Amino acid sequence: MLDIKNLHVTVAGKEILRGLNLRVDAGQVHAIMGPNGSGKSTLSYVLAGRAGYEITEGSMTYNGENLAALPPEQRAAKGVFLAMQYPVEIPGVTTMMFLKSALNAQRRGRGESEMDAIGILKTVRKKAAALNISEDMLKRALNVGFSGGEKKRLEILQMSLFEPKLAILDETDSGLDIDALRLVAEGVNSLRAPERAMLVITHYQRLLDYIVPDRIHVLANGRIVAEGGKELALELEAKGYEQIVKDAA
Amino acid sequence: MSSAALETKETVAGLGEKYKYGFVTDIEMERAPKGLSEDTVRYISAKKGEQEWMLEWRLAAFRRWLSMKEPNWARVRYPAIDYQNAYYYAAPKNTPLKQSLDEVDPKLLETYKKLGIPLHEQMALAGVAVDAVFDSVSVATTFKEKLNEAGVIFCPMSEAIRDYPELVKKYLGSVVPVTDNFFATLNSAVFSDGTFVYVPKGVRCPMELSTYFRINASETGQFERTIIVADEGSYVSYLEGCTAPKRDENQLHAAVVELVALDNAEIKYSTVQNWYPGDENGLGGIYNFVTKRGDCRGVRSKISWTQVETGSAITWKYPSCILRGDESVGEFYSIAIANNFQQADTGTKMIHLGKNTRSRIIAKGISAGKAQNTYRGLVSVYGKAENARNFTQCDSLLIGRDCGAHTVPYIESRNPSARIEHEATTSKIAEDQLFYCLQRGIAQEEAVALIVNGFCKEVLQQLPMEFAVEAQKLVGISLEGSVG
Ligand SMILES: Nc1ncnc2c1ncn2[C@@H]1O[C@H](COP(=O)(O)OP(=O)(O)OP(=O)(O)O)[C@@H](O)[C@H]1O
Ligand SMILES: [Mg+2]
Repeated sequence: MLDIKNLHVTVAGKEILRGLNLRVDAGQVHAIMGPNGSGKSTLSYVLAGRAGYEITEGSMTYNGENLAALPPEQRAAKGVFLAMQYPVEIPGVTTMMFLKSALNAQRRGRGESEMDAIGILKTVRKKAAALNISEDMLKRALNVGFSGGEKKRLEILQMSLFEPKLAILDETDSGLDIDALRLVAEGVNSLRAPERAMLVITHYQRLLDYIVPDRIHVLANGRIVAEGGKELALELEAKGYEQIVKDAA
Repeated sequence: MSSAALETKETVAGLGEKYKYGFVTDIEMERAPKGLSEDTVRYISAKKGEQEWMLEWRLAAFRRWLSMKEPNWARVRYPAIDYQNAYYYAAPKNTPLKQSLDEVDPKLLETYKKLGIPLHEQMALAGVAVDAVFDSVSVATTFKEKLNEAGVIFCPMSEAIRDYPELVKKYLGSVVPVTDNFFATLNSAVFSDGTFVYVPKGVRCPMELSTYFRINASETGQFERTIIVADEGSYVSYLEGCTAPKRDENQLHAAVVELVALDNAEIKYSTVQNWYPGDENGLGGIYNFVTKRGDCRGVRSKISWTQVETGSAITWKYPSCILRGDESVGEFYSIAIANNFQQADTGTKMIHLGKNTRSRIIAKGISAGKAQNTYRGLVSVYGKAENARNFTQCDSLLIGRDCGAHTVPYIESRNPSARIEHEATTSKIAEDQLFYCLQRGIAQEEAVALIVNGFCKEVLQQLPMEFAVEAQKLVGISLEGSVG
């Protein structure tokens, strides 16, 4: 589904990703771990198509298509979803309004008919309840004054509403309390499906107890330096990144 | 929003242009001779069949105007206006005031339909009465009978001068004096129509009232006069909308609006101003020089101005409140959008004269392209205005690098018990906000419309329901092509 080869990415004149290789097949969940500043968020942004992230070498193929050639909104319509590490506030735009606009924009992007307001409202309510997101939050301006955990839960709500093909979760677990973590993990697990792939970026082994990954990659200095099964997370926890990076070198 | 924004985008795309009201109605017109002189004033007055007192009033204004100078303190630049090179009166031929809509020229009905304002009552927006002003004259007024039953007078100004001279004499020029300013004095001399509203004591006007101003004729200025009087304990909500054809020339629109609220009365006045703004290169567009003022004459009276200013090449406009009655309240909610080469200098004046008077100002300015957008406001507290309160919030949003936003607040307080709060912010549409929308599948133009509508929300909420959706769409359209 996703095939990244020798990816080099420059941000503000500085090379952040330096020859990254990564392959995720449909139906799989992969985790990416790595020290602060290693380029995890950069990878997620470049996959989503954020302006200012320049690919200087290498390729990203998504379902056989050159991802880099698509504008970000078309990537979204084609099923690329990024739950952001720092969700953005949009004053004056209610959460419900935003969800409705986004869902229908994606549907139009795929040539599907729009969903009516009542249909969307019903779906959103049901999914919101499962994530313990209140009606009140849906009426408030998008992410404005939301707590860190509420913002993260709202990202997961969007994921479950849009039903993406490739979901990238950038530190969705940071800032969540234990109960919320479980809710989020349940949300993610319920979306696991043979036609869907997920890339979960995290610093904590704890999340991987709930969302058991098929594969773990360690990203350091803009490259994947180590890979393994779910036991790699425990090893990381025990030894720390420094040792793993050294071992790999 | 999503579907509204899309729908507008499609409509606009379908027309192949951004300003969808740019068409011209081909109809036979009657005009005053070009230029401005006492004869022009006499011509207009005669056309209206006015009595001597009205003509004298106009002539006095004209003589006064000759000695006045065009104001130059606003942050707007434009070539000198040649007042002799324009027409001051243009009316569709054979359209004296109609008794029934069936008598109105079908071309005019068609024009308003195209503008989205059906005049036939059975098709009209439920609960909204409309006065349609086409160039210099009112061509139709709907729901007059229903309003008459409630005792509400809602009619063209020229009809009011004829049928209710005592009321007109009492209020005309009582809020905006003949000598007020260059453009108001010009208007006093040559105003040709407009709307007159009187709501009697204790009456809550049973429907929204509105006037749709349309400039159609070329080289012609529009000068209308609107008076709204809310007698004791009454309430009225009024809305005006404005559009004009696309032309290379600049046309002058100089209106005067006077509001009077007596004891415990409330007037809510909303404007959706969408005059032709000129093209992407700054060619053409309306010069909108307007004087609007409300007098909270009675105790506990309230006047609330809401404006959505998206059109015009130049906007020069300061809807104000004179808070004369004790405990009276003045409000000003404004959205001013300037794109391409538009220049907007707009704001308000809150003049606190009475005790315990309160005012509230929420102004949202959006600049894009090469536009300049200025908020200019005055809060003045007089010596006797014990415990006056004002809250002002001015927010500017910049889109792109070549535009400008300016805030010019003046505060004068002659009473130490006054409490005046002023907050101002300037922001840009942040890259991360845009990216967030794009990532969720919302394309650039819709994203900008969404974010800007969010920015303006507090003001949009003030509009009557029937017009809020329309205004939201307009906000999106006005900013098309402003990013990327
Ligand atoms: N706009 C930018 N200008 C300059 N440097 C940048 C910019 N964006 C990112 N970087 C740098 O790129 C490097 C990688 O950042 P990135 O956010 O991808 O790290 P990360 O692995 O997600 O870290 P964390 O675990 O802290 O979230 C950092 O050194 C960061 O400072
Ligand atoms: Mg990160």
